[in-house]
Amino acid sequence: MDLFEYQAKELFAEYGVPVPKDKVANTAEEAREITAAFAGEGIPQVVVKAQVKVGGRGKAGGVKLAEGPADAFDKAQRIIGMDIKGHTVHRVLIAEATDIKSEYYLSFLLDRANRTFLSICSVEGGVEIEEVAHTNPDAIARIAIDPLTGVDHAKALEIVRAGRIPAEAEEGAAVLAERLWAMFTDEDATLAEVNPVVLTPDGKVLALDGKVTLDDNAGFRQEHERFADIESTDPIEARAKEKHLNYVKLEGEVGIIGNGAGLVMSTLDVVAYAGEEFGGVRPANFLDIGGGASAEVMANGLEIVLSDPGVNSVFVNVFGGITACDAVANGIVSAVALLKERGEAVNRPIVVRLDGNKAAEGRQILRDAGLPIVEQVDTMDGAAKRAAELASAAKGA
Amino acid sequence: MTVAIFLTEQSRILVQGITGSEGRKHGARMLAAGSKVVGGTNPRKAGQTISLHDAEVPVFGTVAETIAQTGADVSVIFVPPAFTKAAVIEAIDAEIPLAIVITEGIPVHDTAEFWAYAQAKGNKTRIVGPNCPGLASPGKSNAGIIPADITSEGRIGLVSKSGTLTYQMMYELRDIGFSTAVGIGGDPIIGTTHIDALAAFQDDPQTEAIVMIGEIGGDAEERAAAFISENVTKPVVGYVAGFTAPEGKTMGHAGAIISGSAGTAQAKKEALEKAGVRVGKTPSETAALARELLRTR
Repeated sequence: MDLFEYQAKELFAEYGVPVPKDKVANTAEEAREITAAFAGEGIPQVVVKAQVKVGGRGKAGGVKLAEGPADAFDKAQRIIGMDIKGHTVHRVLIAEATDIKSEYYLSFLLDRANRTFLSICSVEGGVEIEEVAHTNPDAIARIAIDPLTGVDHAKALEIVRAGRIPAEAEEGAAVLAERLWAMFTDEDATLAEVNPVVLTPDGKVLALDGKVTLDDNAGFRQEHERFADIESTDPIEARAKEKHLNYVKLEGEVGIIGNGAGLVMSTLDVVAYAGEEFGGVRPANFLDIGGGASAEVMANGLEIVLSDPGVNSVFVNVFGGITACDAVANGIVSAVALLKERGEAVNRPIVVRLDGNKAAEGRQILRDAGLPIVEQVDTMDGAAKRAAELASAAKGA
Repeated sequence: MTVAIFLTEQSRILVQGITGSEGRKHGARMLAAGSKVVGGTNPRKAGQTISLHDAEVPVFGTVAETIAQTGADVSVIFVPPAFTKAAVIEAIDAEIPLAIVITEGIPVHDTAEFWAYAQAKGNKTRIVGPNCPGLASPGKSNAGIIPADITSEGRIGLVSKSGTLTYQMMYELRDIGFSTAVGIGGDPIIGTTHIDALAAFQDDPQTEAIVMIGEIGGDAEERAAAFISENVTKPVVGYVAGFTAPEGKTMGHAGAIISGSAGTAQAKKEALEKAGVRVGKTPSETAALARELLRTR
């Protein structure tokens, strides 16, 4: 899960990573009140920052300096509701304006290739680190972190020195790095990036902006749900999650249900290729019903997929490995019955491809059931083509 | 001579978490497939036996004890995510040569730790997974959850990030058959990689061609491509899933996410093709390519 800047900074503050004073505002009125309160505490200037999970906010006009409450109100009013690269701004962060002497870069992240963690540190901050990597690769230090020993103060100093952070900021940056690492491990993060780390004229080192990604697998030992981004979650995805279904909404016409993440990903591709022949129809979703595929899971899956009004046809692509295809076929038959019982309209065509363990038995069960909306095709490629064709025909109709 | 990689008919398998529902179910399936499942662990049920398939399998308190009593040299780990790190570390401490981590949903910090631990201990334990279907050397042994009855013994080596795509490929090429299928798992950090399996298949006399299945995320396929150009002389056929996956969305596997421009299916396909690997557009086309390569050999 990617966090908003304000959430990342909440975590930073919890772990003692120094951040400028800030508070999140949901409305322009709140922005005005917060700025007024800050002014009362001797903070005359604030920065109004759009909260979106995408880079390039500044260039898009989503970050503005404000002189006092009235100005903050105006700026917030302009920023809230703005669309930045397809992301709607729902709130802004009101942050104390900070005098900047220098800007640096620091991050901890997963190093997949070396199967460990990595710190990236650079004296050149405030710009895209990819850009620095391109223009001045020598200015970037990559330091491997041993997960067993982590980052103590000595290691933190090694990191900031490798990044050529000047002596006047070294100690402050090392403390920041040490605390950021504590957050990174304790919160099961896979990315913790501070860009820029700033040095103020009075010698303080602060995290001015932050990006944090948390590991979804760590949910059982973390309280990450509090960061869930409910308003930007697709409503169908939210309902699927309640039913413990692994569903991702896409923009297309062919609903997809399959077993196993890899096979479903592959199914999306095969449908997209097939769709090229039929006016460019595309897969409408990713849905992995896993190994079990009981009638209930199949029914829930079908219901979720059909609740997308953009779906014109459904492709159920199952390879019977451990689960035998006869069980899957029974699941489909009961699912259709169950949906009818629930009063759902099951009227869009369902193309089913069963292969593998007990495929012949499964196909026979579906034939015997005689469901008019269910059509069987023996191969994955053939079934994808048929599902695309049906979706395209419905689109044209 | 017929061999296989990592797992042979001599392999003696222990199951960590043998008394849990997954451990029991798959312990029985492994036995039914002819694997030598010689024991399992559960500290609370040490000294008991458990009825699996047609055998009474002894339960021990620790991995070390199981090895001492049974000569086990492969551990298949089914314990829940919260306890997996401890289970793998126990297997590493016992110096078991091969530990296969089936468990799905392990926090990546735990995987990073047990991997680092294995290195610190001199890398005596080959780790496969986590979040993988395990290994199958058809006709010899089956360690994990790969269905034993969908394919046959033969001359293709298969290495794959994905479970069901592995099964699909094994089934499509069941008439030719497989030396070993290695499910390496789709997590961001895994023990055994595409490269490890490619190197082993290159050296395995039973393997005549290799099928490699990848998916979006990371750069493992690109690195495998570089390895193939340098080190693999046997023909390799590839498949990559996730061409239509949008950026920033996780598609089921924790590792299957595209961030920025890195990790796209297109980039992987191009890297593999540059290394002389023929890459199929669909699983069936990939199977057809493998068939064609073996026909001309």
